[in-house]
Amino acid sequence: MTNSIEEILNTDAMFVIGSNTTENHPIIGSTMKQAIKNGAKLIVADPRKIELADYADVFLQLKPGTNIALLNGMMNVILEKGLQNKEYIEERCENFEELKEIIKEYTPERVAEICGVNTEDIIKAACIYAEADKAGIYYTMGITQHTTGTAGVMSVSNLALLCGNVGKESSGVNPLRGQNNVQGACDMGGLPADLPGYQKVFKPEVIEKFEKAWNAKLSSKVGMTIPEIFNGAHDGSIKFLYIMGENPMVSDPDINHVKKSLENVDFLVVQDIFMTETSAFADVILPAASFAEKDGTFSNTERRIQRVRKAINPVGDSKPDWQILMELMNFLGYKKTYSNPSEIMDEIASVTPSYGGIDYERIENVGIQWPCLDKNHPGTKYLHKTAIARGRGLFMPAEYTESAEIPDKNYPYVFTTGRILYHYHTRTMTGRVDGINQIAPSSYVEINETTANRLGIENGDRVKLTSRRGQIETTAKITEIIDDDVLFMPFHFADGAANYLTNSAADPIAKIAELKVAAVKIEKVN
Amino acid sequence: MNIIINGTTYEVEKNTTILQACKNAGIDIPTLCHDERLKPTSACRLCLVEVEGTKNLVTSCSTMVKENMVVHTHNEKVMKTRRDVLNLAISNHPLECLSCDKSGDCKLQDYCYEYGILNGTYKGAMRTPKIDSSNPFYDYDARKCILCGLCVRVCDELQCSNAIGFEDRGFEANVSTPFNEGLINSKCVSCGNCVSVCPVGALTPKGQKFRHWETSKVRTTCSYCGVGCQMDLVVKGKKIVDVEPAMDAINNGLLCVKGKFAYKFINHPDRLKTPLIKRNGKFEEATWDEAYRYITKKATEIKENYGPNSFAGLTSARCTNEENYLFQKLFRAVIGTNNIDHCARL
Repeated sequence: MTNSIEEILNTDAMFVIGSNTTENHPIIGSTMKQAIKNGAKLIVADPRKIELADYADVFLQLKPGTNIALLNGMMNVILEKGLQNKEYIEERCENFEELKEIIKEYTPERVAEICGVNTEDIIKAACIYAEADKAGIYYTMGITQHTTGTAGVMSVSNLALLCGNVGKESSGVNPLRGQNNVQGACDMGGLPADLPGYQKVFKPEVIEKFEKAWNAKLSSKVGMTIPEIFNGAHDGSIKFLYIMGENPMVSDPDINHVKKSLENVDFLVVQDIFMTETSAFADVILPAASFAEKDGTFSNTERRIQRVRKAINPVGDSKPDWQILMELMNFLGYKKTYSNPSEIMDEIASVTPSYGGIDYERIENVGIQWPCLDKNHPGTKYLHKTAIARGRGLFMPAEYTESAEIPDKNYPYVFTTGRILYHYHTRTMTGRVDGINQIAPSSYVEINETTANRLGIENGDRVKLTSRRGQIETTAKITEIIDDDVLFMPFHFADGAANYLTNSAADPIAKIAELKVAAVKIEKVN
Repeated sequence: MNIIINGTTYEVEKNTTILQACKNAGIDIPTLCHDERLKPTSACRLCLVEVEGTKNLVTSCSTMVKENMVVHTHNEKVMKTRRDVLNLAISNHPLECLSCDKSGDCKLQDYCYEYGILNGTYKGAMRTPKIDSSNPFYDYDARKCILCGLCVRVCDELQCSNAIGFEDRGFEANVSTPFNEGLINSKCVSCGNCVSVCPVGALTPKGQKFRHWETSKVRTTCSYCGVGCQMDLVVKGKKIVDVEPAMDAINNGLLCVKGKFAYKFINHPDRLKTPLIKRNGKFEEATWDEAYRYITKKATEIKENYGPNSFAGLTSARCTNEENYLFQKLFRAVIGTNNIDHCARL
């Protein structure tokens, strides 16, 4: 998030697109509803009539995969009506002419056709967003999990820049991160091109700095992303795979492909707190301690680095992941020891500029938001305050293009996936909580009543879903919240796993798979 | 402005309640229905104080200070009234402290102790015995409910789910769901924020069996979504037995169903407790030393034969910053490849 969670309370307008906030970020969802009580306006764009839609001034039930068209359409209205922030664009942005050139083709009438929404609603949404003094955009995987994911994010950024909503309180571009420390895992260099603090591996000065700090020879060759890693395992170029706290046999697209890849790899190490669908393929399983059994920090979606504290000893012979990794490094000949995670954080701070001022003493009571450059730096509530970090805000206009796989005669429905309130990712944790399983016991597919009637499917019937990649059985849940040509499934469940159907076609830049759009057929199981 | 509390003059800000002014002055006023995050409703009447020049005692939670106001917080008139209020409350409350989960953490119990209330002296009709145990995570026992309204208000004003409200009047009054259809059939999302604010044992988590004085609390960050709610793990011996939301944090005393109730995986019997090595297609228990040596042997062989770029690692969005840092350092500095990624795209 460019901005902070508490700033939501003082916003004038919220634009929630591709985020089922009340289910997936419940406390932010509640904060949004409090903001509405304070008078904030709300625009919601989602293929499903999610809870927040009930609170919205405008709800746009768009077809999956049409975000860019909608965002362009809103910008078209804003430019037509002259509602853009001209001073901000002049002083702080660049490439405005190219934006205008592309946007002019996206009339609300044309966009309404593409997205399957009303022209008037696009105009209304654009006006609410542009006329608000402070307007924030909040999005999640509904924007990113497309073959055009990067362009989708750029389009969100274009809209925010157009109205001067970057670099000011209670506004901004706010991706809500899905997992407890996905922000931190990125910050710490858990990415193939990035050392800690997004310092690029292909920059010689970066490599030189880390070689000195770590006293080791480093590669400047950009590594592989997850889809490339599985492809590598599949074709035999990846021989050794180490998976820590991940369960790709449920979470990743095209599970049949993942399965073949895991079977094919020479040596697989899995480190986790439970046996999982993935660890079944392992050569060695290392038992890790849970979050309640170790010290450390998580970085949340608003960039706040907060303490995790040990409450009980690790169960059995399990060990905190940091200790396992340190001991393994020592076995592999790298002699560096840490007696406590605070020593690791001190090392992180010494090589990571945005974490430069972080230490455990400073975050003992309240976490600090990065960038925190030195010990006297208070942290950063919202980004781009005095100027856009790169210098000027760059408009990156994008054309709308169709999803990689669109419905046809054989696979007539758009299949989209997501999360539900009661489960977390692949249920490794929540699947072991009785009350959770009582409320959300098993896999299901949401289907519109009209479609269900046409196919002779009743609520609770077993149905078979088929895509070009796989087939599953699940239970039909008839609902009015979804359009008649769209099917939705939560991806949490290993039995009837949605990801047997999903498409691994990926965005060319971010390499994110198109988990939000696949073409499927559905039949009743007799 | 200046006000006089118990004979001492204090300087206070405008738009301050008497309760807040007393708190700032270090004077403890008992409350059952007050929560700084919520609009005051003056429901419990326990925070009554005497303001000179007014006919009746006033509720300090909802009365604003005025210039030169003279307040008495603990004189005999106030103390007697508070004892009456507590007496009324406890007269209509089952004295089941021996079996009540809330014992030791119950504000009604604490105040009765402080004000010397041994039992209720108002005999006669009692609350309607109604229990809603339809939710899998918590129960509502109307007999123990003191109608402070905190649960209803937190559900309305902060959680904004509006799942519960008051039903009926007098001895019949209780907290209920629309048409009394039970929590499980309501809009309740099982966040448990009502349970967290209940000052008595009316709303209690299911299946808990511990005494509050046997536990300790450890402040940590929730391990579910990316909001980063702060919470206290309640520890008894080797187990986590409850979770409470932190007030002074971004989550402002709120949690969701996962943060509040989905902690039992921690001490689940399925937890992996020892390293396992697959031999002849079956996992066998191993020591850490064996596991490390086996991985080292394989890693060395593969690196010699195929080079560092035949290695890849998936680090974890569930693990700490420190662990993610070490994971990528292991791959980059020790193995020599940048083939590291994680589930940021999932």
